[in-house]
Amino acid sequence: MRTLRRKLLRDLMLLRGQSVAICLVMACGVGTYVMSLSTLHSLRHAQFTYYEQYGFADVFAHLKRAPDSMARRLAEIPGVAAVQTRVIAEVTLDVAGLDEPASGRLVSLGRTSEALNRVFLRRGRLPLERGVDEALVNEAFAEAHALRPGDTVTAVINGRRRALRVVGIALSPEYVYAIRSGEFLPDNRRFAVFWLPHVQLSAAYDMEGAFNDVTVALAPGASEAEVIRRVDQLLDRYGGSGAYGRSEQLSNKFVSNELTQLRAMALVTPAIFLSVTAFLLHIVFHRLIGAQREQIAVLKAFGYTRWEIGGYYLQLAALLLTVGSALGTGLGAWLGHALTELYTQFFRFPVFDYLLSVDVVATATAITGGAGLMGVWTAVRQAMLLPPAEAMRPEPPAAYRPTIVERMGWARRLPLAVRWILRQWERQPARTALSWIGVALATSVMVLGSFVEDAIDYVIDFQYFLAQRQDVTVTFVEPASSNSIHDLRRLPGVQLVEPFRSVPVRIHFGHNARRLGLLGLDPNQRLFRLMDARERRLDLPPEGLVISAKLAEVLGAGVGDMLTVEVLDGRRPTRQVVVAALLDDFTDPAAYMRLDALHRMLWEGPTVSGAFLAIDTRYKPELYRQLKGTPRVAGVSMKSSVLQTFRSTLAENLTRMRLFNIVFASVIACGVVYNSARISLAERSRDLATLRVLGFTRTEVSRILLGEFALLTMAAIPLGLYLGYGFAWLMTFALDTETQRFPLVVLPRTYGYAALVTIIAGAASALTVRRRLDRLDLIAVLKAHD
Amino acid sequence: MPTRTVPPVAVFKARGLTKIYHVAETTVEALRGVDLDLYAGECVVMLGPSGSGKSTLLNILGGLDVPTSGVVHFRDHDLTAEDDDALTLYRREHVGFVFQFYNLIPSLTARENVALVTDIAANPMAAEEALALVGLAERMDHFPSQLSGGEQQRVAIARAVAKRPDVLLCDEPTGALDVRTGVLVMDVIDRVNRELGTTTAIITHNASISRMADRVVHLSDGRVTQVESNLQRCSARELVW
Repeated sequence: MRTLRRKLLRDLMLLRGQSVAICLVMACGVGTYVMSLSTLHSLRHAQFTYYEQYGFADVFAHLKRAPDSMARRLAEIPGVAAVQTRVIAEVTLDVAGLDEPASGRLVSLGRTSEALNRVFLRRGRLPLERGVDEALVNEAFAEAHALRPGDTVTAVINGRRRALRVVGIALSPEYVYAIRSGEFLPDNRRFAVFWLPHVQLSAAYDMEGAFNDVTVALAPGASEAEVIRRVDQLLDRYGGSGAYGRSEQLSNKFVSNELTQLRAMALVTPAIFLSVTAFLLHIVFHRLIGAQREQIAVLKAFGYTRWEIGGYYLQLAALLLTVGSALGTGLGAWLGHALTELYTQFFRFPVFDYLLSVDVVATATAITGGAGLMGVWTAVRQAMLLPPAEAMRPEPPAAYRPTIVERMGWARRLPLAVRWILRQWERQPARTALSWIGVALATSVMVLGSFVEDAIDYVIDFQYFLAQRQDVTVTFVEPASSNSIHDLRRLPGVQLVEPFRSVPVRIHFGHNARRLGLLGLDPNQRLFRLMDARERRLDLPPEGLVISAKLAEVLGAGVGDMLTVEVLDGRRPTRQVVVAALLDDFTDPAAYMRLDALHRMLWEGPTVSGAFLAIDTRYKPELYRQLKGTPRVAGVSMKSSVLQTFRSTLAENLTRMRLFNIVFASVIACGVVYNSARISLAERSRDLATLRVLGFTRTEVSRILLGEFALLTMAAIPLGLYLGYGFAWLMTFALDTETQRFPLVVLPRTYGYAALVTIIAGAASALTVRRRLDRLDLIAVLKAHD
Repeated sequence: MPTRTVPPVAVFKARGLTKIYHVAETTVEALRGVDLDLYAGECVVMLGPSGSGKSTLLNILGGLDVPTSGVVHFRDHDLTAEDDDALTLYRREHVGFVFQFYNLIPSLTARENVALVTDIAANPMAAEEALALVGLAERMDHFPSQLSGGEQQRVAIARAVAKRPDVLLCDEPTGALDVRTGVLVMDVIDRVNRELGTTTAIITHNASISRMADRVVHLSDGRVTQVESNLQRCSARELVW
């Protein structure tokens, strides 16, 4: 057996080019799988330990004002393990170096035993209880502005400008992903969380002896729904705006979303790579065993059993699989590390280490082994079953016949070389089809990888330029009379003001319910428009709701159904409202109503929660200055700055992603074209050498062989683009979460790019084969019998 | 009665040809100083046992190989001074090859196999005409796998002569054929030589075939040991072996 092992290594040396190509494709498959799953585990682990160690609450509720004594009542609810009451306030900030106002959330700190939502102090110290205007600031904002302990940030607190002094940089399980509610992109430059001593904050807002926010930890086995119901009951009198669980907690929702999407990624791309691996092993092993028929026969004649023969080829496959898996695991660990690093830009955990578990590696290896076995099995079986006497004889000569095209009579127009190629293809339809699909998969990987970029571009364009065309969104601290709109109109540079009314509601249908902000809009709005996914404008009906198609889906409702709308603010009416229309959108579930209908439903006069503004950018600094000083304004959101921050973060990451996609697609294209070309060369070296002898030049001969791959690649690209579109379509389902949906948008540039990468990769690998063609030994090939 | 006088024009002039192959750690001297002239229009049979160097000589004459030392002139061209591209061009314009194992392209029909050459030749005959010349007008659209060995070799000859080559080089053209078929094939080669006047060199270890040659060159151990002229050249149909 030692000799056989030596032969194994020599065979491997003989196949080294092809082995490298196969191992690389395999490594990409294993790599993407290991990357996605290990990052998923790392993220989940970081989330879990953080939530555990820092007491992330289970139920959250906001209210107007309740006396501290209510805390005890809340703690008595069966199933409640701990209660934390706080004061939270939304403020505008005036940050040095930032023209526009930023938004801040002030959270009270250091009350009761602080069992829940404890902050992690990254730097500095906690604010002293008596320390006036001392505050902790969240890390993301601190980094965005290079804030250090000792720096100050001006906030408009209860109508007065006050300088908050940063004493420490902190993280909290509630703000792993710090984002303003109602937005779908984080803006670390313009959104901050500050933690202030409870005494200080409650004094600033005249909330001594009271609270306006509560979080609850559940006892093991407690029913979240039941606790929420009881909390709502207790807080109803105090202006509670509806309790909700972790699944609706903003930061947690985004992190969970990401986990779902990572899991989807762990599925599609590795599956493509591993099927290409199986295919490559299949063709290479068939060719190898075909070429070694006589050797197999001799071995059998000398008494080797069929299992020893089969085992030999399986060992060869196992060797390749081991190398590929090991390479892939390394690659996956490296990519996973990089991806985890990337996540730390968005998700803030005290400790976010990259973990590579044995499970992930074992599963990846097992899946690869399975795919590999599938690839080589028929070839190995053929070797095992080969009767020695038959195998001693060379393989029977190839029989050809005219192709379908020729039988249909169109052949005369085709050049001889093309006819030749077509007949080769028709003679081995399965292999040709697999090569064709293989190259197509390379193209599709490129489309699939770039599609996300197109989709993001589209969503941004749709969201910010087609639907929500306002430059600035202003939110008031309290709903205000429509006179405030006139005040806004008088601000410098303001061209158009459109009011909106937003009210927290819980919408029920059957057993399902969702909390969200119901938005009342003027039917003639020109800035904030309701657009469906086909870019058609949707008019608000006089009565009834327009809701996101996604919301309808999670509620299980449709057009014409009556929804129960429980208003969580003001007089808190509960109403039955009909679904008038559905809206295909891409972000958080939303519900819209006509402004006047909403006023009627709320039993209120023409009040507004804020307004959308179109501005003349020349007056921007002056407008920003005035908005910063307006106490009534709780939040200002600027489209241009949100987009700018997002694009600058995303651009770098997308460039990196694109690079990986190019590498991945090239690996597949090279793997398939190189292996197929090598096999074609081996099978046809005699024919090609004959041509050389007959006086064909190298260029002419290589044109025939490489022409085949040029034709194959050209034929594969349309299929690949189509497959890529199909995979992108599948991906839209895999990435479809409640807060985010990707539209199926693939831009022509993506198709062009995918085709180009495939052509370049195919041409490059074909050219390496051409070098072998140049070295064809004409005499030896002619001497050898078929 | 002599069939023709020895033509005066030498198409090939080989002087002092040696060829040494290095195989693993051993050296094989395939040719050890061969001098030979081939004249326009003549039919030469090269006879010798395996390893005598006849294939090597033919390959060098055909531009498939280059000697280790010595010179070969084809008319005015020094073949030994040519690079690979020039040798390719030489084969393309002047040489027709016939091999023992036919070397047809299995995925092309008989007509297409011939057309392969007529497509790139300067002044070829029609593929159909070449096939008619070898008696295969009826089987032009058959694939190699649908033809007998003899028929395949005749297609190979048609392919070789279709370009109207100056020389026809045949390496054991009947080596894989039975007698009856072999005679048929030799008859075709004979006719090409006589009717088209193509200088023809045939390698064989079958001494009977030498009867159809103008001259017979005996090779042994890499040297030309003897050159005989046939006073009377018999036709291929009279051959027996």
